[in-house]
Amino acid sequence: MQSKKIGKQTINYLHPVSIVSFASIVGPKEGQGPLGSSFDYILADNLDGEKSWEKTEQKMLEHSLALALAKKNYLAKDLDYFLAGDLLNQIVCSNFTARAIGTPFLGIYGACSTLVEGLVLGSILIDGGYGSRVGIASSSHHETAERQLRFPTELGVQRTMTAQWTVTGSGAYILEDNPNGADIVITQGIIGKVIDLGQANAMDMGAAMAPAAADTITQYFKDTGRKPEDFDLIITGDLGNIGRVLCQQLVLQSGYDISKNYSDCGVLIYDPAQDTHAGGSGCGCSASVLAGYLLPQIIEGKLRNIFLVGTGALLSPTSAQQGETIPCIAHGIVIQGNR
Amino acid sequence: MDLKEINMRVQERQRDLLQIKNFNDAEIQLINEELQKDYQKLVLFESKANDKEVRLTIKNLRNKVIEQQDLVKKYLQIRYARLVNKSAPKIPVLKNALAAFFVGGTICVIGQIILNVIVLNGVPNKEATAITLMVMVFISALLTGLGIYDEIGRFGGAGSMVPITGFANSIVSPALEYKREGYVYGIGAKVFTIAGPVLLYGSLISVIIGLTFYIIK
Amino acid sequence: MFENIFNAFLIGGIICVIGQLIMDLTPFVITPAHVLVGYVTSGAVISAVGLYEPLIKFGGAGASIPLSGFGHSLAQGAIEGAKTKGLLGAIGGGFESTAVGIVAAILLGLSMATIFNPKG
Repeated sequence: MQSKKIGKQTINYLHPVSIVSFASIVGPKEGQGPLGSSFDYILADNLDGEKSWEKTEQKMLEHSLALALAKKNYLAKDLDYFLAGDLLNQIVCSNFTARAIGTPFLGIYGACSTLVEGLVLGSILIDGGYGSRVGIASSSHHETAERQLRFPTELGVQRTMTAQWTVTGSGAYILEDNPNGADIVITQGIIGKVIDLGQANAMDMGAAMAPAAADTITQYFKDTGRKPEDFDLIITGDLGNIGRVLCQQLVLQSGYDISKNYSDCGVLIYDPAQDTHAGGSGCGCSASVLAGYLLPQIIEGKLRNIFLVGTGALLSPTSAQQGETIPCIAHGIVIQGNR
Repeated sequence: MDLKEINMRVQERQRDLLQIKNFNDAEIQLINEELQKDYQKLVLFESKANDKEVRLTIKNLRNKVIEQQDLVKKYLQIRYARLVNKSAPKIPVLKNALAAFFVGGTICVIGQIILNVIVLNGVPNKEATAITLMVMVFISALLTGLGIYDEIGRFGGAGSMVPITGFANSIVSPALEYKREGYVYGIGAKVFTIAGPVLLYGSLISVIIGLTFYIIK
Repeated sequence: MFENIFNAFLIGGIICVIGQLIMDLTPFVITPAHVLVGYVTSGAVISAVGLYEPLIKFGGAGASIPLSGFGHSLAQGAIEGAKTKGLLGAIGGGFESTAVGIVAAILLGLSMATIFNPKG
């Protein structure tokens, strides 16, 4: 039997797994950002007619899945599995969405790396022949994350220069085994290790997560023997301005120069004039940027292939208050176009 | 006998670790793996040992392994911290200080004007100060409710946090925030999330001062 | 009249800048709760040794509105209580002088929460 694993951590999908449909929803601030016009739906305000921000986030997740399904005229019952995760305690947005759609469901958590974790796992399910159609979704909401992880939203606090802005946004994806000429194909994935280099400042997640991202990126190149130039774009999930620079330096120290084609979703989603300081973060950051901005470019042939590395900080408010350092993780996925 | 072996390995490693700076990443990884191996072995021995004394020696050895693990971890952390510090964004100290001075000063000026008006109306100074504080608390609560005070805070930093208006903001903002969780467990329980410590340590310091003066009187 | 307004601006501004510099120049992560607690306790201690009263005389609202002024009221209330009512006064005096402000803030919190919703 041909091995589906290369090197230490990389997964090689032997059967092509294609992303047949995808959708993104973002909040108003993201809608005003440089990528604003590329998202499917922009919320009117941070409540969007719901009674609480938590409800808004849950609806956003549910609606992005509905959009992705509707684009292909599918119903939720056409999915073999639904994999989703978010940042709220006990991933309630995902649980409640699964309750609403009634599809076999696996809740997953990898903080802001959740989307890529879902894509890796969903592809494994399909490649392994355990199903032929899988839904993946992930979301975050600025206000729900602020009040859970930091301060009440109306408290007058100055944000530090290293602070990142949690993206209000969600993305949903439909994966299929589709042997005949799909536009977008997932060919490889890599499951990351938890890395902690002693950063404890919850206001500087980029610096905490950069080593995990760098580790996954270098490990992928080591495992596969590929080079940074082989990709049109290497993009991390939500390292922000500070983490992006650190990640690039760390990867360079390991002997790979990614400076020419490396970017970060958290850097792309906001304009510096929007005063978000170090850029965007959150599950919804990579989830909305991949669906809204990256995949359309692959379909159009502007990008032939990308290496998306989702990054997550695995802390809790309690662990942060107890002074624990922040363990971080990064999973990667290789997405290819067919043009 | 196995225990002796591990002990020797630990001693040997202690010497190696003095030169950790000369090791490359692969070598450090190897050390980490060996440490993990020793640690697992020791936990296994410990689980099988019945004698109290033997357990204690194993535990001591295990602690030594933990110390060595920490040493490697510390080394990597410090190395990374240097890189982080190099690329850390500069805090605009002067701009922040000016903003804090301006916002803090302005809030106090508003207070002073209110105080002057009240005093002009013939209210004694002490009561006038109390009334002024109440008015300031009210203004801050209203601005918090309207969603304006957090914007002032984003600009003014300590300038908006330190005045009594900041204290009011710290009480009103969680009250607003947790309204959706209900009036008892939401507003009721969370209203002191940020101001609670002030009341606790305020009580403490006030009683300490009171008792001190009571005793020396 | 205008002089005391200028003094209030100066003293109030300086007291706030001290907090900002502590936040920006020290490596500790300082949250609003830390700032509030720090000002109240240090204000009380400074007041107990008799150094806050002159500041209020000069700065007026510039010294009484910052939370160190709240600490000052606590300390003076406790001292006053200890002198006039003995042990009970020493324990309760601080809050006797500040109760109005605290109760006002709490009840305003409740009423604002009833009227408004958080905007984010």
